[in-house]
Amino acid sequence: MKSLWKVFKQGIIFENPLLMLMIGLCSALAVTSNVSNGIGMGLAMTFVLLFSEIFISLFRKLIPNSVRMPIFLIIIGAFTTIVDLVMKAYFPELSKSMGVFIPLIVVNCIIMGRVEAFAYKQKVLPAIFDSFGMGLGYTWVLIGIAAFRELLGNGTLAGAQVMPASYQPILFFILPPGGFLVFGLFIAFNIWLKGRMRKSAAAKENA
Amino acid sequence: MDLVKILLVTILVNNIILMRFIALCSYIGMTNDVGQSIGMGFAVTFVTVMATAATWPLYHFVLAPLHLEFLQILVFILVIASLVQLVEFYLKKNIPGLYAAMGIYLPLITTNCAILAVTFENISYNYTFIQSIVYAVGVSLGYLLAMILLAGVRSRMRTSPVPKFLQGTPILFIATSLIGMAFMGFSGLIK
Repeated sequence: MKSLWKVFKQGIIFENPLLMLMIGLCSALAVTSNVSNGIGMGLAMTFVLLFSEIFISLFRKLIPNSVRMPIFLIIIGAFTTIVDLVMKAYFPELSKSMGVFIPLIVVNCIIMGRVEAFAYKQKVLPAIFDSFGMGLGYTWVLIGIAAFRELLGNGTLAGAQVMPASYQPILFFILPPGGFLVFGLFIAFNIWLKGRMRKSAAAKENA
Repeated sequence: MDLVKILLVTILVNNIILMRFIALCSYIGMTNDVGQSIGMGFAVTFVTVMATAATWPLYHFVLAPLHLEFLQILVFILVIASLVQLVEFYLKKNIPGLYAAMGIYLPLITTNCAILAVTFENISYNYTFIQSIVYAVGVSLGYLLAMILLAGVRSRMRTSPVPKFLQGTPILFIATSLIGMAFMGFSGLIK
């Protein structure tokens, strides 16, 4: 149980897919100009990751090593198609504002990377925990960046007015360069946080 | 005239990396030196155009008449993956010089978002075949341009004093943000 919890925790901070491993960046920056897009993308991504990891972990003994990549692609592609169609049917507006980024989940390096590095070698239960950890790690960063950008750039949070009416929105943060800037600062923050946690853990061991 | 407009918009106004955040992984990973980024840029250009030439007819002559549009994601990714393999074999056997120059980048671009994004957008924008090819060329030239720009900035950055908390990847994003701001100036170019 303890090791499962550790697997889960890895994805959230120490091996955060976005801030530490630097993978799956495309979708992360493009959809974070407002919070609802961020949440939608995070959920879609976690869903595809979870089911791809479960299925690949279940069939890991049946998938021959030499053709594993195409098989992974087909499995991931199938779940991406499901997400794409469900979003189109039930959340047409959200799906429209995210546009091409939903189909792009299929080439998102996070999924391919985790499936190859983790699910293909592990049992089903650790794979489920890994996908939740990674999915949550991805989602919190997405929501964090989106909240920051939407609040400063538009004065709202998930569409609701938060800042006082006299607040003059800084349009820069909604525009693409603002996204790069905020993301750069987020990485710097995470590196600092990680350093601090390492230090306090080391201090505990010494005491 | 229309085609020139597509080219200008995709290279400068809606640059795929700086304005649309697509293909960021290779943008951060493959810009350690200018030569490498040029090799990657041309490899992507080559495959994007090939992939567009393969997927456009496939969608309009096979998937659409049979009402199999929902298979688009699966079919396109498989076509691109096998196309990259074929191109690699062909270059290795027949044009070894070119293979030596960009062969090592080919396996990497199977999962390059730019290529899949272009093939999807050609369908969703209802482009004709000629327009699609021009769009593919424009987008990949924009990619090449952004890659070379960041590689240049990085080579200067090695000798400059970067604040400690921004060292490593954070400063790359801040630099990209500044390059992006300069590119915002192009947005008045097209009415």
